[in-house]
Formats: sequence, C-alpha cells, structure tokens
Amino acid sequence: MSDATTSGRLAHHFESLEQQHESALLGMWAFLAQEVMFFGGLFTCYVVYRNLYHDAFVEGSHHLDVFLGTVNTAVLIGSSLTIALGVRSAQLGRPRATAGFIGATIALALVFFGIKSVEYWAKYEHGLIPGLAWHPEPGASPQLGIFFGLYFVMTGMHALHMLIGLGLMVVVGWRALRGRYGPDNFIGVEVLGLYWHFVDLVWIFLFPLLYLLGRHAH
Amino acid sequence: MSDHDVLPLRVYFGVFGTLLALTGLTTWIAYQDFGNLNTTIALVIASIKVVLVVLWFMHVKQSSGLVRIFALSGFFWLMILFGYTLSDYFTRTSVRGWE
Repeated sequence: MSDATTSGRLAHHFESLEQQHESALLGMWAFLAQEVMFFGGLFTCYVVYRNLYHDAFVEGSHHLDVFLGTVNTAVLIGSSLTIALGVRSAQLGRPRATAGFIGATIALALVFFGIKSVEYWAKYEHGLIPGLAWHPEPGASPQLGIFFGLYFVMTGMHALHMLIGLGLMVVVGWRALRGRYGPDNFIGVEVLGLYWHFVDLVWIFLFPLLYLLGRHAH
Repeated sequence: MSDHDVLPLRVYFGVFGTLLALTGLTTWIAYQDFGNLNTTIALVIASIKVVLVVLWFMHVKQSSGLVRIFALSGFFWLMILFGYTLSDYFTRTSVRGWE
C-alpha cells in the first residue's frame, strides 16, 4: 500500500480532504433523495389503491408468506449491520476486515435473494403473477391483480436495487483488498454503505405494507 | 462532530438488536386486533426503524448541517407528494358520497 492511496488523494478542485469527503457525501444524499422520490411514487400508488380496494389488498396480503417475509427482513437488517461494520473498519484503516464485512453483506444479500425466489416461485405455481401466470382461484377479488401488480413492481424494483448494490460491493470489496481505502480515504465504502442502508429502508416499509396490513382481520 | 469520528461497536449492535426486536414486534402486533389502529402502529414502528438506521447506520447524527438538510429533503418532498395526493383521495367520499 502506497501513501498516495491510503492517505487519500486530494483532487485539485477541492481545498481539503474534508471538503472533498463532504462533497461526495452531499452528492450521495442528493441521489438518495431522488431515490426516495422514485420509490415514493410507488408507495403513493400503493396507498391510493389500498384505500380504494381495501378488501382486495387484505386478500392479497394473506397470499404472502409472513414467516419468510419476517426472516428476510431480519436478513436484510443483518446485512445493514455488516456493511455498517465494514464502513467502520474502513474508517479504522483495516482493509481485510472491510473486505470481510462486505463479503458477509454479499452472503446475506444472496440469502435474501434465495428466500425471495422461493416466494416468487410459489406465486408462479399459484398463478398469482399478473401477465405471466395469472389464474387466481374462483371468487378472488377482481382487483387482486392490482395488489400483485404492485407487489411485483415494488419488490422487483427493490431487488433490482439490491442487484446493483451487489455489483458495487464486489467492486468496493476488491478495491478494499487492494488497499485502496484508508482512514482518510474511505468515502467509497461509506457511500456504498449509504446506498445499502437505503435499500434496507425501502424494505422496512415494504414488509409491513405488503405482508402485514390486514392480517388481524381473519 | 466530524464525520470521521468512529462510533463504538455497542452503538451498531444496539441499533441492530433494536431493529430485530421491532421487526418481531411489528409481526406479532399484525395478528392482534386493534381495528384501524393496526395500520398506524405498523407505520409508526417502521418509521422508528427508519430513524434508527438513518441516524446511526447512515451517520446522519454525526453529519454536518448541510448533509442533514440533504437527507431531510427527500422525506420533505415525499410528504408533499403524500399530502397533496391523499388530501384529494381521502376526501372524495365526503364530497361525492361514495359507498
């Protein structure tokens, strides 16, 4: 590891490393604010349709597996912990620990995908995927398709974000192993952490909205 | 406080434990009948979890004022989106007499 990489390089258009770090953080938060709005549109859509077709949405929730949903929530929270510890290791200048925690985060993300695919497969077998395999039981709400349309778009967009996060983690983890981050130069790991926590935040709302609401009714 | 200050491990594990406990709580409460309050309770618990993640995992508690404003802006616009949209949809029944 050379000095230039571990102590961080100051780009010429910044006055100090501090300012450079702060600028990158601001940029990331601006991006995340945009992401909040992106998912916000989907959440608004969900709230409006849930209000209009309450019974269909309660029926839809009952088709989802609360156990698997709860486990996946715990898995994702665990991955938020591991990436947070990865950022902390980078702050302390421990590249191997950083890479290790990123590896653990990747492993937990794969567990999440595994559980999610079990759930998606069950929906396929039960004919609850609008457009692909749609043959709900006779007597199902006519608006059940709206619930499952939203379910697949929202969890699908969430999964796409996780997939992008996985790619970023491979890159950042590799760079960490190569000693590209140090106590003064860990913004790459920190920004990755912010992105991953955001993905966790989206799921924290998706889980109760899709799986839990209306459970008490039956 | 500088962003470079390293939080002690117990903060991370404390937040993690609280998040897991709240996940268990929200799943358990979903099966108890509180009528219309079930939705409110679920959203309040999710919001507490989000605040914990944002403040400690995402380091906003240690961040500068400018970063905090950026972090808040997304949620602020989200409230505008929800507020205006729902003030329409949620008042239609009283205006048109649906149902």
